[in-house]
Amino acid sequence: MCLGIPGQIVEITDSERKLATVDISGVRRVVNVACVTTNRSLDDLIGRWALIHVGFAMSLIDEAEAALTLKALHELDEVSGELETITRTEAMMRTGAETGQGPVQ
Amino acid sequence: MKYVTEFRDPVAARQLLAAISHTVDQIGATKDNPVRLMEICGGHTHAIFRYGLDRLTPPGLEFIHGPGCPVCVLPMRRVDECVEIAMRPEVIFTTFGDAMRVPGRRKSLLDSKSEGADVRMVYSPLDALELARCNPDREVVFFGLGFETTTPSTALTILQAASEGIGNFSLFCNHITVTPPLRLLLEDPEMKLDGFIGPGHVSMVIGTRPYEFIAREFGKPLVVAGFEPLDLLQSVLMLLRQRVEGRAEIENQYARIVPEEGNPASLAAIEQVYEPRPTFEWRGLGEIDKSGLRIREAYAAYDAERKFDVGYGSSKPHVPDTESFACGAVMTGRMKPFVCPEFGKGCTPEHPLGALMVSSEGACAAYYQYADVRPEVAE
Ligand code: SF4
Repeated sequence: MCLGIPGQIVEITDSERKLATVDISGVRRVVNVACVTTNRSLDDLIGRWALIHVGFAMSLIDEAEAALTLKALHELDEVSGELETITRTEAMMRTGAETGQGPVQ
Repeated sequence: MKYVTEFRDPVAARQLLAAISHTVDQIGATKDNPVRLMEICGGHTHAIFRYGLDRLTPPGLEFIHGPGCPVCVLPMRRVDECVEIAMRPEVIFTTFGDAMRVPGRRKSLLDSKSEGADVRMVYSPLDALELARCNPDREVVFFGLGFETTTPSTALTILQAASEGIGNFSLFCNHITVTPPLRLLLEDPEMKLDGFIGPGHVSMVIGTRPYEFIAREFGKPLVVAGFEPLDLLQSVLMLLRQRVEGRAEIENQYARIVPEEGNPASLAAIEQVYEPRPTFEWRGLGEIDKSGLRIREAYAAYDAERKFDVGYGSSKPHVPDTESFACGAVMTGRMKPFVCPEFGKGCTPEHPLGALMVSSEGACAAYYQYADVRPEVAE
């Protein structure tokens, strides 16, 4: 939760809500980019790398730093868990959204 | 579990280790009278263990594990309150995975899920908001916890909910701030600390100025550090050099990520949504003044404490934690985990008694994971 993971911003998904799609080690996820847009147009973000914490881009980083951070996270065994969470929760969101869930009594 | 033995740059690592040894000698520190540096952040604790840095550095240097794992410092009472909210039939309770297995006084969120509560693991508070959009007939509650690194995310989520008028979303706010417990530790005459390794990602949000009181009022140095092994070694060396040169300053080893003034957009969102609580309870540390955040009156509609009448927002009397003394002693760096009588016996990662054993950032879990390569842990 605290370490975050580098991702590359690939497109702006919803400019009003400041949402962008990022590629995190091959997994795509929509994240909020409000914290990295000060003095910057949203389109300027495309192609940039950012540290992603719990679905929010918190800091822009350069590509070399992104690679270093990913390597360190791999060594700390943090990447697979994070990616699994991202994928699993995406699936949950999709199915949850489609079926809806009745109240548990 | 294996240590990572190959450093990204072994030559640089060797040079740093040699310089650290040399500086520890210059200070005249020994195993019995070591330089004691506290790493505040649980991510740093995890990295120090993973790379075995405490074993590669000389015995005259001791790492003290600080209170910087947000899951570990959460009082059991707050977990009970989560369970209370989660057990309500109309509620979808959403949480980060880390918090699922943390024991409350009677049960964890995972236990309540197996008893029928609708508890769901999410990656982001934005997922919880999406669940609220998709389930208008349910109350979606997000378990917000963490230091300043994650606080902007829940603040922005509440602002988004407010702008869309989503009424069935609320936050159970457990956000805490990093500096108040440091003041508490520094004021404690029993705590002998020679300096701090400052948290990297918290500082990315708050910058380096909030730490200045540590140098000014207490005469101790702090170096904000990244979490790669070379970052940590370099930060240790910077702290030791300050000691040799008789300085106590706030320095920034992680300037490539941490601007001095922090992240303005994040700070603005935090300020807009949250205000300090008069006090907040920390596991092992007790109530600490102005150490936690609550949701401002303007966003009261998104406050789960007010909505469900629990916790600090509740009219019910407050019962303080009466849990094992050991967790608190470990949390404040007074006791090493393996000295706890429950360590590895009553308390394991599979059946944790305390949160320090649950999260990979907790000191007890770190010692447990690497027990096979740590002679001091074996009986
Ligand atoms: S081993 Fe368990 S009970 Fe003992 S201090 Fe660690 S978490 Fe607490």
